[in-house]
Amino acid sequence: MLNTTPEFIAKAEPDGVNSPTVGPDAVPIAMQVNGVTRTLRAEPSMTLAETLRGPLGLTGTKIACNRGACSACTVWLDGDPVCACMILAIDVGGRSVTTIEGLADGDTLHPVQQAFIDHDALQCGFCTPEMIMSCAALLEHTADPNASEVRAAISGHICRCGTYPHVIAATLDAAKVRRG
Amino acid sequence: MMAEQDTLRTATFPSGIASVGLGTVKRKIPADEPPPLPPNAELTVIGKSFPRPNGRAKVTGAARFTVDLSLPGMLHGRILRSPMPHALVRSIDVAAAARLPGVRAIVTSASPDDPATATLRYISAPVAAVAAVSMAAAEEALHLIRVDYQALPFVAGMQQAREADAPAVHDSATAPAGHPSGFPAAADLPLHGNVRGPSIVRRGDVAQGFAQADVVVEGEYGTQVQTHCCMEPHAILADWRADGLTVYMSTQFTAGVRQELAEAFGLPLTRIRVVVDAMGGGFGSKSSLGNYGRIAVELSRRARAPVRLFLGREEEQMDAGNRPGTWQRLRVGAERDGALTAISLVSYGTAGIGLGAGVGNNAETLYSCPNFEGAQHDVFINAGPGCAMRAPGNTPGGFGLEQAIDELAEKLSIDPLALRDRIDPSPARREERRLGAERIGWQRRWAPGADPGAVKRGLGMAQSLWGANVQTNAACEVRVMRDGSVEVLSSVQDIGTGIGTVLAQTVAEVLGLRPDEITVRIGDTEFPAGGPSYGSRTTASVTPPARTAAWRVQQQLFREAALALNAAAEDLVARDGKILVRNDATRSLTFREAAARLRTDRISAVVSRSDDYAGFRRRMGDAALAQQDLGGVQFAEVTVDTDTGIVRVERVVAVQDCGRPMNPRQIESQVHGGVLMGLSYALFEDRILDGHTGRMVNPNLEQYKLAGPRETPAIDVVILENYQGQSATDAYGIAEPANIATAPAIANAVYNATGVRMRSLPMTPAAVLGALGKIPARS
Repeated sequence: MLNTTPEFIAKAEPDGVNSPTVGPDAVPIAMQVNGVTRTLRAEPSMTLAETLRGPLGLTGTKIACNRGACSACTVWLDGDPVCACMILAIDVGGRSVTTIEGLADGDTLHPVQQAFIDHDALQCGFCTPEMIMSCAALLEHTADPNASEVRAAISGHICRCGTYPHVIAATLDAAKVRRG
Repeated sequence: MMAEQDTLRTATFPSGIASVGLGTVKRKIPADEPPPLPPNAELTVIGKSFPRPNGRAKVTGAARFTVDLSLPGMLHGRILRSPMPHALVRSIDVAAAARLPGVRAIVTSASPDDPATATLRYISAPVAAVAAVSMAAAEEALHLIRVDYQALPFVAGMQQAREADAPAVHDSATAPAGHPSGFPAAADLPLHGNVRGPSIVRRGDVAQGFAQADVVVEGEYGTQVQTHCCMEPHAILADWRADGLTVYMSTQFTAGVRQELAEAFGLPLTRIRVVVDAMGGGFGSKSSLGNYGRIAVELSRRARAPVRLFLGREEEQMDAGNRPGTWQRLRVGAERDGALTAISLVSYGTAGIGLGAGVGNNAETLYSCPNFEGAQHDVFINAGPGCAMRAPGNTPGGFGLEQAIDELAEKLSIDPLALRDRIDPSPARREERRLGAERIGWQRRWAPGADPGAVKRGLGMAQSLWGANVQTNAACEVRVMRDGSVEVLSSVQDIGTGIGTVLAQTVAEVLGLRPDEITVRIGDTEFPAGGPSYGSRTTASVTPPARTAAWRVQQQLFREAALALNAAAEDLVARDGKILVRNDATRSLTFREAAARLRTDRISAVVSRSDDYAGFRRRMGDAALAQQDLGGVQFAEVTVDTDTGIVRVERVVAVQDCGRPMNPRQIESQVHGGVLMGLSYALFEDRILDGHTGRMVNPNLEQYKLAGPRETPAIDVVILENYQGQSATDAYGIAEPANIATAPAIANAVYNATGVRMRSLPMTPAAVLGALGKIPARS
């Protein structure tokens, strides 16, 4: 099986002499998604977003611009929010992927998810899962954020319905709940 | 025929504005309408901020949007689009594409043999389309389609298009025809070159009015093209089978799409089903089947397999509609005390190859003025067609009008609010001005440009008016099952506004249940037609039949319960999950016990929208305009950095009315959306079309700049409770009126800050510096 870890890729020669040549046909890939090892075959050109939505059936992650401009595809990679449309599936390697489907604890919603419902921090809901991923990631490292930190955390997100005011209020409220 | 006294009864409704003081109004209503609904203060469910029934699905990623759906054997559709702004298709050769493995169907939209389709009039106009087993195969097949284009002269700027020697975009045979309703444009108007119109409205005599005026203001205003930027792209999954067609579509009007499909493909309505579950934003652009929808269905018909087709972001920006750009010249005359004597409006706008670039009716109708003349023109250019976008017409029109009124107030040395108190007949907006002024601290307002320093602060306000639309054939079904479960069914779709919540509240209020005890089944043409979600008409159209249906079902249930309780059905009431005898709470059944006594597995009522109790002002097919208008008043506080030209909106106070507010928090959400779309229109958004190539140069979401979280001001939303006694719920819409006043309120605030009037949008740093004379003004 191909070694596609970032360490391996980072070590590859800049001129590509020692880089593995893969594709265009599908190659086997294994990745940690929401705590489970998933194996699949994907073409090397497939982005993480396409892979999650297609072969893995995790359609909570959306594609709206497909070029890293709107954050509708935000997932966590080792806990950091990233645009899944800007990462190839074969480059995920050993890092763990968390999607919106993996955020709740069983039937118990994450405090940010519950706060989004309570504050009506969603309208059409298309950008909502990813907005939640960014807000929940913020609370992982900033237990008591202010509104400006929430704005910064979601500054890459585009919500055409204009949910930002309720998103900010919901996240501040979720932080309070989480602190207990 | 029955005599009127048998079919009508007189009922007394709450009337007026709650914060001013409520009175009553008597209406003659059909005998089978439910009793008047008391004001919100006396209700337990309606008027309260209950959460959305689909909230959990939306926060967990479980909500299924059209782009998320797939079916066994599904093919992927892609559209080949015109690379030229104006071209004749001399030939199309699809043979190589057809031979590509995985390609299952090809359709051509442009046919060299058909004069009606051989001419392509904008970059990205559909030429042909492919359905294949994978996106990659479909994409590759597009590259194998050989098209011989003959380039034709084109025009991509509105000013150039108006010139006598400009290339003609349409001829009289191909120019779109307009519509008797006047929307998107009036029918039967003359076409001279690329200019269609004018559409003229006259009242009184403007020449005489201006002669009487003590003061006249005159100004030219320009607004840019704005694109809808729905986060979910336009998407359809078409499944053509021998026994019928099922279409899953991201649409604002399931029943309308079904009707269009019936006409386009010659199928009976009974063989077509249109479904939408979660829907990722429309804002006007997903109101109809669209060229892509028709293509996807045709591909499915030919391939005999389901075909999913959605637009990429570039296609979204170039061929999914837009808010037309406009140029307006306004003249307003007034007497010394502010009384208006005349308004004249001339406008030219462009919706690309389409119609609908008028600037609405605010200049004509917002203020009392005996003399008005409006002349509006559509100008064709070689660009993708515009379509309705959140308060079409009135949003660009309001930008001009509300600055002109502000300018008039200054010239008359009258406060802008005091002038509007003088010339605006609406009691709702009077109260909105009062409430808003208090919230924003209007008394702080200073003379224009008086704030010292480089960063100047300003306050401004503007008003909006929007027709209260109603879909007269909107319908709803309410069912009570024998186990006591209740469902409300309608083809109406939730495009993000939360109509499902409001339907559940409406039914729960009648039946004495909680909203979460009502199952909401919507977005499917298998259910009674619920009307469109555009024109801010959804709540007004579908909540009255929902309440009436719930009430009729309850009458049936009461008859069963009355037997068990040994009481008269008319003495029963429903509350807290029980059916009780009025004045004797010891005699009761739970709702579930009452339902268990039903002799059939369910009881059900299907109800269509009744006419407004005081009648409609106007009817247009299945739509009507209520007697009263909707509107609002918005205040903006801005800072303008006169060194950088950056305008920051710090605070917006939006005071809006929508009849009876059904769910205040959801209304607040929609007002946020309207304000932010208006702010984004005011400061950032701009479709930039290159005049040399006819190509949009920013067809994405980063160079097409949208307001984001960092540009979001504090937004105070104040909602009037404005009762009119017009329907079983007396509720009307909010989405569009909340969008109109934002840009002019910001422009008036920028003027207050700087003393410089921004007459065109967007108010970018360069435009502001140009207006301040710090850099050469852009043409």
